[in-house]
Amino acid sequence: MISLDIWMRENPLTYVWFGSYAVTLLVFAIEIAMVKHKRKITLQQVRLMRNARNGE
Amino acid sequence: MIPWFAFPAAILFAIGLYIGFFVAPTDAQQGEFYRIMFIHVPASILSMFLYLIMAGYAALGLIFNTRLSAMMATAIAPTGALFAFISLWTGALWGKPMWGAWWLWDARLTSELILLFLYLGFIALHASIDDPRRADRAAALLAIVGSVNVPIIYFSVKWWNTLHQGSTIKFSGTTMHIAMQHALFTMLAACWLYAIAVSLARVRSIILERERNTTWVAELPEVRQ
Repeated sequence: MISLDIWMRENPLTYVWFGSYAVTLLVFAIEIAMVKHKRKITLQQVRLMRNARNGE
Repeated sequence: MIPWFAFPAAILFAIGLYIGFFVAPTDAQQGEFYRIMFIHVPASILSMFLYLIMAGYAALGLIFNTRLSAMMATAIAPTGALFAFISLWTGALWGKPMWGAWWLWDARLTSELILLFLYLGFIALHASIDDPRRADRAAALLAIVGSVNVPIIYFSVKWWNTLHQGSTIKFSGTTMHIAMQHALFTMLAACWLYAIAVSLARVRSIILERERNTTWVAELPEVRQ
C-alpha cells in the first residue's frame, strides 16, 4: 500500500488516466458490446419465431 | 436516431479529454489528481438524473399503464447503475490521494452507494418476475420509493458535516478556471449523449423482445432479412 501511495504521487497523470478514464472507457465499451449482443440475440429469436410461424 | 447521439458523444469525449488533460491548468492544491473531476462529476450528475428519469418513466407506466414508459425505465436502469459505479470508483481514486482513504462512511459517499444498490435492486427485481407487466409494476414501486434518495445525495453536503466538498458550480457562479469549466461541461454533454444513445439502443431490443408475437415486428425489415 505504501509503495502504491509513493507510485501515485510520482505518476499522478498515469494514475488518473488508467485508474479513472481507462476504466470508464472500458465500462462503456463493455456496455456497448452487451447492448449490441442483446440486439443480435433478440433479432435471432424474433426471426426464429417468425420462421416457425411461417412453417406451420 | 441513435447515431445522432452516439457520434457527437464520441467527438465530445475526445474534445473533453483533450481540454481536461492538455489545456486545463494544474490545480494549486490538488495537483494533477483533480483531473479525475472531469469524469467523476458528470458520472455523479448522470447517476442522479438518470435515476429521476427512470423513476419518472416508471411512475408514468404505473399510473397510465403505458408500456413504453416501463420499457424506457428498464432500459435506463443499467446505464444509471454503471454511472453510479463510475462515480464511486473514480471517487475512491480521487479520495485516496486527497483524504488518504479509498472509502469513508461519509454521507455523500454512502448515499451514492445506496443509489447504486437501488439501481441493482430495480434490475434484480425486474429480472426476478417472469410476467413483464407485473415486473414493471413491482420495479416501478421500488424506483418511486427510492427516488427520495436523490435529494439526500444532493443536499448531504449541506445537511451533514461531510469530508466531501460542496458544489463548486452554483447558480450564482463559479471560481473555477475557464478551461476546467470547458472540460467539465464538454464531458457532461458527452456523458448525456452517450446515456441517451445507449438507452435508446437498449430499449429497441426490449421492444422487440416484448412485441415479438406481433405482426408489425414480424414485418420489420431487419427481422425479414
